[in-house]
Amino acid sequence: MDAVRELAGGLDPGQTAAAIEVDGLHMAYGHKEVLRGVGFTVAPGEVIALLGPNGAGKTTTIEILEGFRVPSSGSVRVLGTVPARGDERWRARLGVVLQSWRDHGRWRVRQLLHHLSRYYEPYAVPGRRPFDIGELIEAVGLGEHADHRINRLSGGQRRRLDVAIGIVGRPEVLFLDEPTAGFDPQARRDFHDLAHRLSDLDETTILLTTHDLDEAEKLADRILILAGGRIVADGSADRLSREVSRDAQVRWSRGGEQFVHATQDATGFVRELFAQHGTEIADLEVRRATLEDTYMAIVRQEEA
Amino acid sequence: MTPTLHAARLGLSRGWIEFKHSLTNPPNLGGILAGTAVLVVVLYFQRDAKLPGTGLSLASASLPGTLALMVPLNGLLGMVGSLALEREDGTLLRAKALPQGMVGYLVGRVTMHSMSTLSALVVMLVAGLFFVPGLLGIGPGKWLALASFALLGLLSALPLGAIIGSLVGSPQGAGALSMIAIGGLTAISGIFYPITALAGWLQGLAHVFPLYWLGLGMRSALLPDSAAAAEIGGSWRPVETTLVLLAWAVAGLVSAPPILRRVARRESGSLMEARRHQAMQRLT
Repeated sequence: MDAVRELAGGLDPGQTAAAIEVDGLHMAYGHKEVLRGVGFTVAPGEVIALLGPNGAGKTTTIEILEGFRVPSSGSVRVLGTVPARGDERWRARLGVVLQSWRDHGRWRVRQLLHHLSRYYEPYAVPGRRPFDIGELIEAVGLGEHADHRINRLSGGQRRRLDVAIGIVGRPEVLFLDEPTAGFDPQARRDFHDLAHRLSDLDETTILLTTHDLDEAEKLADRILILAGGRIVADGSADRLSREVSRDAQVRWSRGGEQFVHATQDATGFVRELFAQHGTEIADLEVRRATLEDTYMAIVRQEEA
Repeated sequence: MTPTLHAARLGLSRGWIEFKHSLTNPPNLGGILAGTAVLVVVLYFQRDAKLPGTGLSLASASLPGTLALMVPLNGLLGMVGSLALEREDGTLLRAKALPQGMVGYLVGRVTMHSMSTLSALVVMLVAGLFFVPGLLGIGPGKWLALASFALLGLLSALPLGAIIGSLVGSPQGAGALSMIAIGGLTAISGIFYPITALAGWLQGLAHVFPLYWLGLGMRSALLPDSAAAAEIGGSWRPVETTLVLLAWAVAGLVSAPPILRRVARRESGSLMEARRHQAMQRLT
């Protein structure tokens, strides 16, 4: 039976339903086990945020998926291919956003993007041509800097260029390791718009790591939390917070005095509150657990 | 066109772009010009001196060795520096993230360093036309020999540089190691004085490496045939020279890509981040 099932699954590896499949992924550096049985699946077009404390193995996971590291054990497939054995055709369907610092310093923005985009030419398929360089430069907000030398760009501008390089081949799957580290609020918002456009218009599957929980909530369809070498939570931000805590915080003031109350039934509590005090109630605020509360609770629970 | 050929062509344009960048970069250009200028000045002071016991001017005697030495000094050291630096700054990792990117990268680097070494050689030869009597009259056959040996020398030096640059851990280490190797080889390879003055085992050792043969080839092209009497066996040994240089070139060209790929396979964003950290600490 197993053999038959395997055969059926292996008939057309390019057409598997999932964009990314990870199962029982282990990674050890010497005696240190970083990943201990990571498993998750990402559907085509989905945007996933991978969260977790420093050293939890987020970067290791993403580098295994990119084919830059070979896992100790476990099964990994990206676009139906085992990354460590991915050929150049497979490579052409991926986008990798690297954290650069001084490479290609003497190149000009447009010159480098144009050069790098040409590597994708032999692999272009109808309907998924590489980006027009001018449009791409505008899309990442480097229009004014298109003809500047790269070593003259600010840190944030360089990071935008990194993103542009990552998507220049119009990838089907895009990996971003802390894409907005060092962005100012405006650059961050621009990047979020770009990510939305990629996933909405181009059906790009996006896997990003971040420490910015607000960003994860805004961008991701689904959030994975990696802690202690395992995926300890998997779901939308909303679902995760409901799983961790049904409590909502109710704040109000009465007669100039502030009150806070945590309750599972916020609506009932507020109804009761008004029934008792009527118009004396002011500054009413009901707040569900934020992703940050949820994240802290999950990670603390895991580390305990 | 196959994707590999396509990437190789991109590598050529990459090499050309980076060569132009190096020309428009004052410190870089200044460094190369200053290095060549020193050698030209040496040539200038040697122009009237005669090599004792021969009719040869000192300048014509030292020009071939200078040209031979410029190949590893410019080509090999340049390649070592590029690889060591670009492994650290993420250029190599970017190449790896592209389809056929390593091919483009390697071809680009070979192109760029060939061009800059060849231009330095041309500058040196132009200076030689002024200070070395009879250089203009050596005839097309000798010029062709000079060009072929220079090219063979480059082909033997550049892959070697790529290998050293990718295997040695730190950029400083790689540079220092290659400098010591070149210095040592220069001392035993008969570049500035006849190799026959050395002990037999040192002569034997020098025969293994390309620098001795490159120097011999350059002398065979630039010196009068009577000067061959000072060489081992009284001959220029053109066949042996070609074969040894060719063997080094083939060995380097065959082994460099897999070594580079292996090194590149070990590269990852997090490793680079760690090295970036180290480099920052070195700077402060």
